[in-house]
Amino acid sequence: MTAAVGRKAALALPPSVNEASFAVAVRGVHKRYRAVHALKGIDLDIRRGEFFGLLGPNGAGKSTLINILAGLARLDAGSVAVLGHDVTRDYRAARRVLGVVPQELVYDPFFSVREVLRLQAGYFGLGHENDAWIEELLQALMLTDKAETNMRSLSGGMKRRVLVAQALVHRPPVVVLDEPTAGVDVELRRSLWQFIQRLHREGHTIVLTTHYLEEAEALCERIAILDRGVVIALDTKQGLLARGMDSVMFTVYTESPILRLPVALENKVKRRQGNELVLQLHRRDDAIADVVDALRAHGAVITDLHTEKPDLEDVFLELTRKDRRP
Amino acid sequence: MNLRGFYTLLYKELLRFYKVGFQTLLAPVLTALLYLFVFGHVLEEHVQVFPGVRYTAFLIPGLMMMAVLQNAFANSSSSLIQSKITGNLIFILMTPLSHVEFFLAFVLAAVVRGVVVGAGVYLAALVVIPLPLHSAWVVLAFAVLGSAALATLGIIAGLWADKFDQLAGFQNFIIMPLTFLSGVFYSIHSLPLFWQTLSHFNPFFYMIDGFRYGFFGVSDVSPLRSFTVVLLSFALLSALTLELLRRGYKIRS
Repeated sequence: MTAAVGRKAALALPPSVNEASFAVAVRGVHKRYRAVHALKGIDLDIRRGEFFGLLGPNGAGKSTLINILAGLARLDAGSVAVLGHDVTRDYRAARRVLGVVPQELVYDPFFSVREVLRLQAGYFGLGHENDAWIEELLQALMLTDKAETNMRSLSGGMKRRVLVAQALVHRPPVVVLDEPTAGVDVELRRSLWQFIQRLHREGHTIVLTTHYLEEAEALCERIAILDRGVVIALDTKQGLLARGMDSVMFTVYTESPILRLPVALENKVKRRQGNELVLQLHRRDDAIADVVDALRAHGAVITDLHTEKPDLEDVFLELTRKDRRP
Repeated sequence: MNLRGFYTLLYKELLRFYKVGFQTLLAPVLTALLYLFVFGHVLEEHVQVFPGVRYTAFLIPGLMMMAVLQNAFANSSSSLIQSKITGNLIFILMTPLSHVEFFLAFVLAAVVRGVVVGAGVYLAALVVIPLPLHSAWVVLAFAVLGSAALATLGIIAGLWADKFDQLAGFQNFIIMPLTFLSGVFYSIHSLPLFWQTLSHFNPFFYMIDGFRYGFFGVSDVSPLRSFTVVLLSFALLSALTLELLRRGYKIRS
């Protein structure tokens, strides 16, 4: 999909598609908080079994959308359904099939890990028949030896793992993770992702918001980018990355710092530091050979050079920046 | 109805206060006994409210009911505001529990705490002074209904308050004056006319007067009238609380 058609085409929804065929179906959702129009008509479909990324800068509306899904916020217009269950009209069924790992490290200081998980399962109508699954969760999340420990005494990383277990305690087919690795050390982050990937392999739909774009790039099959309450892109990871393909980062190392640049290259300088020069070139309009020739003609002795494809972060910045242009 | 969900929330609310029983059960019993000791001792010889009833005996049901009401209020309000402030209320809000199940669990847990504390005061006081029991059913009915009314008030306060000091304000400026001015320590007949008339607008007065009737078979107003007022107060507060919960007032944005 090219960048030009990608934006609108990806947002258009076939009207005949049944909401129930999607893990999450968001239709024309508006949400206002007094003066703030947090969501401005969001349309989004997340397919069953998909690993879906929901990205966007702070204040884009990601958490508002997740809160609506989870029943923590009410929508002003539109509809949201989880596996075909409307989150307002049929909230009991919708919440039974959804597990949300919240962004904040919240916990109930009165209870132990096992008590927290048993209570959480109980709210969903599950009793002792669910205990085996709780044991499995404790084991998978390396919490077995902390099962009887009070939540207050756990480290931040352990509390985070309990949050994941709590979200999964009723075996929801759709799992939403709101910034699950914020402030988490590398080892735990890796083990959490292994666990989430296992869930995905087992057929769960995973919806992830994260600030670590490399995480989204590594894990998500499709990605939506939200900005100021609007979906500005919704595409496969490859499709999204292709949008950044117009530009190429070209890095040149020279024997000594270049004193004078060719005029034609001056406005392409991204970074210039000592012997290193980074240029942002246009994929079609700028020929690398011409650039090298021009530099040589100005006395530069090139010792090394390389080009880089833009990553998701470049695309993300490009898209959100573009969106801010008047 | 999500019966097991309701039962779990009720169990969680009971477990919450049981785990800090020293503060939630024993402390209020001790406070009530201190009141009984000090006021009983000072006023025993000087005051007789009902004919043939010693002042200390008169005082016990008042103190019991005060403990019942205050603890019922404290249970629902503090549980709610704590979960709101620490953020863990979301674990209940994201579940299939309906607002009615939420309401019933919170009210019932608060009733249990109120009644347990009241029973504690009763048992401890019995050691000091024998107390007649005109009708255990009347005593129980007023204890349950009164604590249920205060539990709903606690939910309202817990929903409304954003900070602990707002809740403390609610407790100190509304609950405390209403309980103290309801005839815990005296019969309203001993008050000047103005205050007597004013007391009739205080639902807490009917809770305590009806409760006391259950022990002595004597009261300031008819127990049926008290029961009706308490029942109506509970019904009105419940309707308001249920509507606030249905709308997600200050808990669902």
